[in-house]
Amino acid sequence: MSCDDTVDCGRRRLLVATAAAGGVAGVAVAVPFVASMLPSERAKAAGAPVEVDISKLAPGQMMTVEWRGKPVWIINRTKEQLESLTKIGEKLADPKSDKNMQPEYAKNETRSIKPEILVAVGICTHLGCSPTEKFKTGAESGIDADWPGGFFCPCHGSTFDLAGRVYKSKPAPDNLEIPPHMYLGDARIVIGEDKKA
Amino acid sequence: MSKVNAILQGTLNWVDERFPLTSNWKAHLSEYYAPKNFNFWYFFGSLAMLVLVIQIVTGIVLTMHFKPDASLNASGVPVAFASVEYIMRDVPWGWLIRYMHSTGASAFFVVVYMHMFRGMLYGSYRKPRELIWIFGMIIFLALMAEAFFGYLLPWGQMSFWGAQVIVNLFSAIPLIGPDLSIWLRGDYVVGDATLNRFFAFHVIAVPLVLLGLVAAHILALHEVGSNNPDGVEIKKKKDANGVPLDGIPFHPYYSVKDIVGVVVFLMVFSVIVFFMPEFGGYFLEYNNFFPADPLVTPPHIAPVWYFTPYYSILRAVTYPLFGIDAKFWGVVAMGASTLIIALLPWLDRSPVKSIRYRGPLYKGFLTAFIISFFILGYLGMLGPTPARTIVAQICSVIYFAFFLLMPIYSSLDKCQPEPDRVTSK
Repeated sequence: MSCDDTVDCGRRRLLVATAAAGGVAGVAVAVPFVASMLPSERAKAAGAPVEVDISKLAPGQMMTVEWRGKPVWIINRTKEQLESLTKIGEKLADPKSDKNMQPEYAKNETRSIKPEILVAVGICTHLGCSPTEKFKTGAESGIDADWPGGFFCPCHGSTFDLAGRVYKSKPAPDNLEIPPHMYLGDARIVIGEDKKA
Repeated sequence: MSKVNAILQGTLNWVDERFPLTSNWKAHLSEYYAPKNFNFWYFFGSLAMLVLVIQIVTGIVLTMHFKPDASLNASGVPVAFASVEYIMRDVPWGWLIRYMHSTGASAFFVVVYMHMFRGMLYGSYRKPRELIWIFGMIIFLALMAEAFFGYLLPWGQMSFWGAQVIVNLFSAIPLIGPDLSIWLRGDYVVGDATLNRFFAFHVIAVPLVLLGLVAAHILALHEVGSNNPDGVEIKKKKDANGVPLDGIPFHPYYSVKDIVGVVVFLMVFSVIVFFMPEFGGYFLEYNNFFPADPLVTPPHIAPVWYFTPYYSILRAVTYPLFGIDAKFWGVVAMGASTLIIALLPWLDRSPVKSIRYRGPLYKGFLTAFIISFFILGYLGMLGPTPARTIVAQICSVIYFAFFLLMPIYSSLDKCQPEPDRVTSK
């Protein structure tokens, strides 16, 4: 800013300071408008743990329950299905579950507390579709000839094994999320809560 | 009679002293000189305005009956879904108004794609019309947002899962992504909060932006004047009064010509509205006749046809790069595929504007681009298989090559000389 005879520099400085203060206030007013779009207190309060009875879930069967508006799968895996998990390690993106997509107690080969029972959030880690079960093995599944059974996301073609681990070179970056869960006795599972909580 | 005329003239003078009515009428209609050689391709700008009006009028009526509410009613059906069925069955003529609105959405994209392709054929984006093109591209993006927000409102299965996928696209952005998608949804999953705010975006926020942009688009056009199928500037040859030799007043010449286009358009539009409003599942998808179910993704989900080319590009990216997931790069590629169109004015180095005088290189690249655009659009409607993914990857490369190699091939091309004046008979 150049000062000459026609400009009163004192007033010009006052003008700049006023405009800057007004600008700051204007930006500050945006905060409540932006914040009003965040989840409300009611939305945050929703999401209580869910209790599920799995006594009627036979080996090879799967059930879906709703937890925080998302589908949670509970799968009772057969012996053959569990064996298949050990053979496909090199086809998977994260076979040892190194990424933090599960609680510590599910960071194992079967990604579960009890080896046969898998509890997983049925939401693809790509863009949030719910994959479909493809338990039939081989060519019958429509995926490929040595398909060992698992899940297929209809939206973008990601595939997951029976422990929710994602295959390599698929759009989904991560294994399926294992929610915090714990057993109350043999056949009752609480989803959304675990012992350390 | 002359007394009536005198009163009318007096009224007009009274208004003109207070508001620039006559001067604007002249500047934009009766003395806006457009090239005399406009052809079929020049219908689509005014048709886009017509569809905008149809969408606004039918939309206002629909908001009188629609309820943006995801909670379940006494019969266990989401209120929003039920209110759309109420419009279809119980509101007098509601079915007609809703089908006009749903057909209008697809018609909007047909018309706008034709309008954009016209711009590419005749180089309408070239200097000095870069800003018209930029405004037009922002209109196109706003239109995609408008269509996306509107598609959630019927709260069917495709509405729900489509919104789920698109909002999750934002979660692919490193660091801020997950919080950004929660902020957009207003909840941890697509739910009532999402439906309510998408309603607000669809009925007021985006339409206001659209109207402003359309005004800017037309003001910029009328500042520099229209291009034409020969791609030569009519303002270079003017008569003694400063009127371009090859220009004719927009009104009555093109207002009357455009009415022919409007009539033909409305004939086609009416046939669809009355006899095939679902258009075989392309305008209204089969799965959207089921209420939204957050637990089950339909076995086959695909966006509405006008989004499928970009959706195919999203799916085609399956390789991680620089230690970041393929998911992020898919989103980047999809965003780039729409934004790169805006750069055409600076990518095109050809000495001529119109396809009529361009050489074989440009024509070849344009043909390959259009073919791959259609293939991508087709693949986007189908489920993914390994073979289809490879085809989509090839077409995506052609799509981007058309733009990124344009500075090279457009300047190497063997063009024919442009004529001095437009060539209509």
